[in-house]
Amino acid sequence: MSTITLALTDSATMLRRNLRHAVRYPSVTMIVAGIPVIFLLLFVYVFGDTLGAGLGGPVAGSDDYVNYVAPGILLLGVAGAAQGTAISVAMDMNEGIIARFRTMAISRASVLTGHVLGSMVQTIVGIAVVVGVALLVGFRPTAGPLEWLAVIGLLTLLIFALTWLSVALGLVARNVESASNLPMPLILLPFLGSGFVPTDSMATGLRWFAEYQPFTPIMETLRGLLLGTSIGNDGVVAVGWCVGIALVSYLWAKKLYNRDPSR
Amino acid sequence: MTSEAAIAVTGLRKSYGDHLVLDGIDLDVTTGTIFSLLGPNGAGKTTAVQILSTLIGADAGDVRVAGHDLAREPDAVRAAIGVTGQFSAVDNLLTGEENLILMADLHHLGKREGRRKTAELLERFDLADAARKPATTYSGGMRRRLDLAMGLVGDPAIVFLDEPTTGLDPRARHTMWQIVRDLVAGGVTIFLTTQYLDEADELADRIAVLDQGRLVAEGTPEQLKRRVPGGHLRLRFADARGLESATQTLGHATGDDDALTLKVPSDGSLRSLKALLDRLDDESIEVEELTVHTPDLDDVFFALTGHPTADEEKVTVR
Repeated sequence: MSTITLALTDSATMLRRNLRHAVRYPSVTMIVAGIPVIFLLLFVYVFGDTLGAGLGGPVAGSDDYVNYVAPGILLLGVAGAAQGTAISVAMDMNEGIIARFRTMAISRASVLTGHVLGSMVQTIVGIAVVVGVALLVGFRPTAGPLEWLAVIGLLTLLIFALTWLSVALGLVARNVESASNLPMPLILLPFLGSGFVPTDSMATGLRWFAEYQPFTPIMETLRGLLLGTSIGNDGVVAVGWCVGIALVSYLWAKKLYNRDPSR
Repeated sequence: MTSEAAIAVTGLRKSYGDHLVLDGIDLDVTTGTIFSLLGPNGAGKTTAVQILSTLIGADAGDVRVAGHDLAREPDAVRAAIGVTGQFSAVDNLLTGEENLILMADLHHLGKREGRRKTAELLERFDLADAARKPATTYSGGMRRRLDLAMGLVGDPAIVFLDEPTTGLDPRARHTMWQIVRDLVAGGVTIFLTTQYLDEADELADRIAVLDQGRLVAEGTPEQLKRRVPGGHLRLRFADARGLESATQTLGHATGDDDALTLKVPSDGSLRSLKALLDRLDDESIEVEELTVHTPDLDDVFFALTGHPTADEEKVTVR
């Protein structure tokens, strides 16, 4: 069997293992969907009127604020899922079964690939639920089929990138507690960007950070695709960030997994 | 397989920071035999297994497993071995059957052959009834059996068993011993670590005694036992008078006045035992308790390392 076929076969086996875990213990998937849904309801029904009025212009009141906040909520969901991935990777690495995999003649990358693909499926299901709830509470995107396809594409790319990042974080963490803490900053990024309020309403230093951090161009691109606001070069920057994060995280995760466990 | 040794190790060294775990180990394991690495906790047994099974790297030394150089061809080594760890390496979230099918898939057995192999191993290791239950619900003995079964899915030529019976009850322990014997009968080479001297004595063709990272002795169980002073009988009496007359009757014996016991050199054979009892009987000396102490590996360990390991095992005749 060639190296590529071996890698594909073993990754498929590992994906089945991870999906079985996800199905048998659906709590992680529920958290992936549950937390952003709670934030969505909070920001629409509790803060929505005030924040919507504060935004002024065409967006006013909770009916319109749901349109503004939806992309930020989706990213919050993706970031929250990353935390779940890091935890499950860290837990798995403490299990004896991983030591067994290391002493078997299998594709070494397959353990990580299985985790990445499994978590991606889990996150995509969770995000689909969040989109469904958003539509129920008044989210009215103007996107056509092509734009929807682009939204799905960009979200999948982002999920791919952040899942590799969280796999690396799960590997670098020596225990489950730190695996749960390391991805925390990701959850703050939608707030410290254009997720909930426009960046130009922020204090100068924070505004500078908010405009240049990776989540802002991604959220602006999603907003543009879903609601027809202008995208400009945000689309290119968003894809660039995702590819960059994915590549660096992949190499980092691979290096971490291949290190001698006795070091 | 050729006549080449299943495992050949020279000058194996490993340290964790300042702590030297393996200090230049040489091992030679003949194909188709049970080799036991014996030593107390912390002697370096698990580290040795982890290195030989490609889990961790060595600092120095030349290791060949199943005819392949460990450092240069780790995957060829991995294809020839099965490992059962001290801490069972099963997927707790999967059922026993799913664990075995996972292994079959990773060995690329194909769906039908994988299912056949899984069913066969579940049957052979007495797990068929629990096949559909998650591994978390298994007892200690069942987990060990599942763990070992998982290591056998790929029909390995060499099986590493790292303390396979630690923490098992006596019945599960004997089941595991029988499984090991059956494996060797099927031509598999076994590398077994244990801290139980009777286990090594029971199973192993050759034993290497590991103490603080060094091999202090190697040989067959018989050879090792021959290296220590012979066995003895221990007689306990009801009163000092009995002890005194027995001491006079038996001659070459050392008495303990406080414990009212007498230690008599003996080879432990039934004939010498009977002769001794007859002599005591002729003098009408009452014996409260008789203990036969044959030299076991505890004595070997004590003689070799200068410090004891576990409790002695005794056969008591009342």
